[in-house]
Amino acid sequence: MSAAGWSGRTAVECAAALRSGEVTATGLLASARGRRDAVDGRLGAFLARTDDLAERAAAAADERLAREGMAAPPLCGIPMAVKDVMCIEGVETTAGSRILSGFRPPYTATAVGRLLDAGAVVIGKTNCDEFAMGSSNENSAFGPVGNPWDLERVPGGSSGGSAAAVGAQIVPLALGSDTGGSIRQPASLCGVVGFKPTYGRVSRHGLIAFASSLDQIGPFAHCVEDAALVYECIGGHDPLDSTSAPDAVGDVRAELGRGVAGLRLGVPREYFAAGLDDGVRRCVEVAIETLRGQGALIEEVSLPSTAAALSAYYIVAPAECSSNLARYDGVRYGRRVASPSLQQSYLRTRDEGFGAEVKRRVMLGTYALSSGYYDAYYRKAQKVRTVIAREFAEVFTRVDALVAPTSPTAAFPIGERSDPLSMYLCDALTIPVNLAGLPGVSVPCGLVDGLPAGLQVIAPRMADALALRVAASYEAVTDWHSRRAPLGVAA
Amino acid sequence: MQLSPEDVAHVALLARLGLSEAEQERLRAELEAILDHIKALDAVGIEGVGETAQVTGLVNVWRADEPRPSLDAAAALGNAPEADGAHFVVGAIQE
Amino acid sequence: MSEATTVSVAAGPAAGDYEVVIGLEVHAQLRTRSKMFCSCSADYVDAAPNARTCPVCLGLPGSLPVANREAILMTLRTALALECDIPAHSKFDRKNYFYPDLPKGYQISQYDEPLSRHGRLRFPVDGREVTCGITRVHLEEDTGTMHHEGDVLQSAARSVVDFNRSGVPLMEIVGEPDLRSPTEAREYLQRLRRLLMYIGVNDGNLEQGSFRCDANVSLRPVGSRDLGVKVEIKNMNSFRAVHRALEYEIERQRSVLDSGGALEQETRGWVEARGATLAQRSKEQAHDYRYFPEPDLPPLELSKELVEEVRDALPELPEARAARFVEQYGISLYDAAVLTDTREEADCYERLAAAGVPAKLAANWQMGDVARLARETRVPLWESGLGVDGVRVLLGLLDSGTIAATTAKELLEELYLRGGDPQALVAERGLGQVSDEALLARLVDEAIAANPRAVADYRGGKQQAFGALVGHVKQATAGKADARRVTELLRERLDG
Repeated sequence: MSAAGWSGRTAVECAAALRSGEVTATGLLASARGRRDAVDGRLGAFLARTDDLAERAAAAADERLAREGMAAPPLCGIPMAVKDVMCIEGVETTAGSRILSGFRPPYTATAVGRLLDAGAVVIGKTNCDEFAMGSSNENSAFGPVGNPWDLERVPGGSSGGSAAAVGAQIVPLALGSDTGGSIRQPASLCGVVGFKPTYGRVSRHGLIAFASSLDQIGPFAHCVEDAALVYECIGGHDPLDSTSAPDAVGDVRAELGRGVAGLRLGVPREYFAAGLDDGVRRCVEVAIETLRGQGALIEEVSLPSTAAALSAYYIVAPAECSSNLARYDGVRYGRRVASPSLQQSYLRTRDEGFGAEVKRRVMLGTYALSSGYYDAYYRKAQKVRTVIAREFAEVFTRVDALVAPTSPTAAFPIGERSDPLSMYLCDALTIPVNLAGLPGVSVPCGLVDGLPAGLQVIAPRMADALALRVAASYEAVTDWHSRRAPLGVAA
Repeated sequence: MQLSPEDVAHVALLARLGLSEAEQERLRAELEAILDHIKALDAVGIEGVGETAQVTGLVNVWRADEPRPSLDAAAALGNAPEADGAHFVVGAIQE
Repeated sequence: MSEATTVSVAAGPAAGDYEVVIGLEVHAQLRTRSKMFCSCSADYVDAAPNARTCPVCLGLPGSLPVANREAILMTLRTALALECDIPAHSKFDRKNYFYPDLPKGYQISQYDEPLSRHGRLRFPVDGREVTCGITRVHLEEDTGTMHHEGDVLQSAARSVVDFNRSGVPLMEIVGEPDLRSPTEAREYLQRLRRLLMYIGVNDGNLEQGSFRCDANVSLRPVGSRDLGVKVEIKNMNSFRAVHRALEYEIERQRSVLDSGGALEQETRGWVEARGATLAQRSKEQAHDYRYFPEPDLPPLELSKELVEEVRDALPELPEARAARFVEQYGISLYDAAVLTDTREEADCYERLAAAGVPAKLAANWQMGDVARLARETRVPLWESGLGVDGVRVLLGLLDSGTIAATTAKELLEELYLRGGDPQALVAERGLGQVSDEALLARLVDEAIAANPRAVADYRGGKQQAFGALVGHVKQATAGKADARRVTELLRERLDG
């Protein structure tokens, strides 16, 4: 098979081919680079190409596969992409922001380090909304990303580059981060699987913080099993992240084939409220019927505070971000706007270094924490967060997992949503999951006028394997995840 | 929610954002709209409800007091916009 | 709380009588091996600039804090020594402000749930016991250090930053405004410093800044319960500076009030060279620290078991130990207080006493010649060549009558720094005391025969004359005669 023939194949397929001798890691890398170089000029998914690193990793993977054979880690030799919010030692890491241009961290994020140790071949850093703030990737300081299904449309965000890199069949796997939906929503819009593990499952060490109590790293893939492979590799305790869960991740893939017969799946009625696109609604309803057909017990449930979750999120996340982004002062790294005085340097460095959305959220968060407003905003939002977590906990006493739309709409045209509030509504159905720290996965569940829609599965805390199992069960009898974006090589 | 230009200027200074007047005015309007939307918080009954700052339920996460090697100073200074070979350098602190 | 005493500071226009109200905030670095939230060595003083840094204490993107358990336990130990209440729950918060020495743009500190509250420190001032309340003891991280071109912040065109100190564990001890004079303030600080050193949490170095103090000072009309306008004073790098700065500031406030002026709530810095406090320009145009719970660190649950573990590990505190020394060793309270001034000193004394050196003998030597040598050589006994064991052996030889006191003193001086075995040296040099009965009897008889005048004077009631006779025997033995036996033999002959 020609090198380009590996484009669009799953990681599981690639891993089998590597072991059967059908292809080498070096060959897979050539295929991925070829596809990347052919389409990324139009797509804009990559910010940095790590070809030297990748070549060395592929050569090492081939040696390891020759040496260890079937015992080599499943991800050995598989090409991957990493969202540019995760540090890789010596590789420029910008978080999509001008203020970090040129920054080369002296250390590697735990999640990326675990992938590299397993022999994965990282071919580059992907574009994203600046500091992971956005739902369309239009907030990147380095230009927008096209949706592989329609280059005039957004890929979603903030992990738009990672979703597009997988959706455009450049790499079978990519890492993203999800603070309010930044993995699941772009996965939905790009027709790929996106998984946000339980908060604490994957170490945040080396993940450039947006909102520390909400951020979580997770994978993009063509299928649930591939996502589980990545999760098994990157998950588990890390002493360098104090919020890291001590529990072992376990054998997640062993759970995937167990089906949904007898499982109680809740359908939260608030997730089908006004604002949900009719086409998306139909896709999700059909998907739910499919699960019912597989033996799941479907039950309507209520999460009454869903609408308030968006409000709570837009206090908590900006508050944390206003503090997390205070370190970008032009003293130790990144861009500095030279000024005669330190004070002027702070003001100009941060004004010129940050984009409009980042400044908006820093302003909002600073305000919400400032003297006289803390109780009315921040404290109240923290209480609403408690209510939201309780509502989930209460619902999970009656159902095993929840199924709902991921994004209220399919991909929208680049430039369409200039009003911040309308953009914020993109994440209305993913945000509550972050506030409660739950696992959530989005799987492709249909096309609306040729654009993908996603089904979201939400499970209780630490029941990551269950969320993936429900998604895998749906995937087993549908072929939406096998549809590939019609992004040709010719312009 | 009404925000005065002074409110916006104060918050911008706290956040060390040297915003232009036009940018401040645009942000004032946007923040007002967002804060109005955030009023949805008031619909939730929070009487007697505790605050959630973290969701893991973990407590007492700590490490043993054992020193480990630091970065070497060259690596520490490697990304500095301005350094003198040993220190980070900043401009005049008082104007 | 302490007795409200009216302080008349210096002689000024007696326009009004004011009560002085002082509250102190102490920042003490903890003596951990590694930093508060990362594993860099906390021993930064002699390191090359920025050579004790890592992604965490440089505030690099993506780095996360992990708390040092020992620092938390040391803070609890301090809190218990200060009789504080330890709450069941505590947490870390972020204090947000911009300054180049603060790498993350926030300091991890504690706001509304500190590790402890409501303690007290008692100490004597002019023979009266003063009690100063402790508002709270909490834990935070130190900042980096800055050097300004020309050493003057105000005029420097540029400054440089070293992050070696960034992230060193720092304990803040906030005292109640219970102090009523600069002397009380100084005594409080000295007593607090001694306590922190005693329990092994701080090295008490004011000059290098491991123990730092800020003061809040106000005056109010005598009898008033309201607090006056409070001025914060910084940059006091010695106990003397604290005393002088407070005296200066009290006088300054008094003259403003006496002349009908109004005081401003402000921060002033003590400028040693000018002997004055000067208004500091605010480093933040707007002070609003926007504290909120640190999301990167799970909260702390301080179980009874944990607190008891810390309490059990707490050493006996100086006052209690002094009282026990009086009881157990029969020494005076004054001696006991001197011997318990530091933990090392007290441990040293107990080792001597436990080894069978008579308690009073050990006390006299430790406070006398040993203390003098320690001062002169700047080396404490336990670090000297002779060591505590050497002194134990030396005093044992003295106590058994093997050597004379003068010999013991000479040997102590000789061996203090260079070390050596006193017993071997005594044998080698023949320094043993002359206690041969026949020889001593002959020398005593000779002394009586050679000093008829002294004998007559003694028999006539002049006790001093006895000394001349003893001196004669000592001279004849180059000081090695057993003085006790000589005395006995003389008495037998003269009094008999």
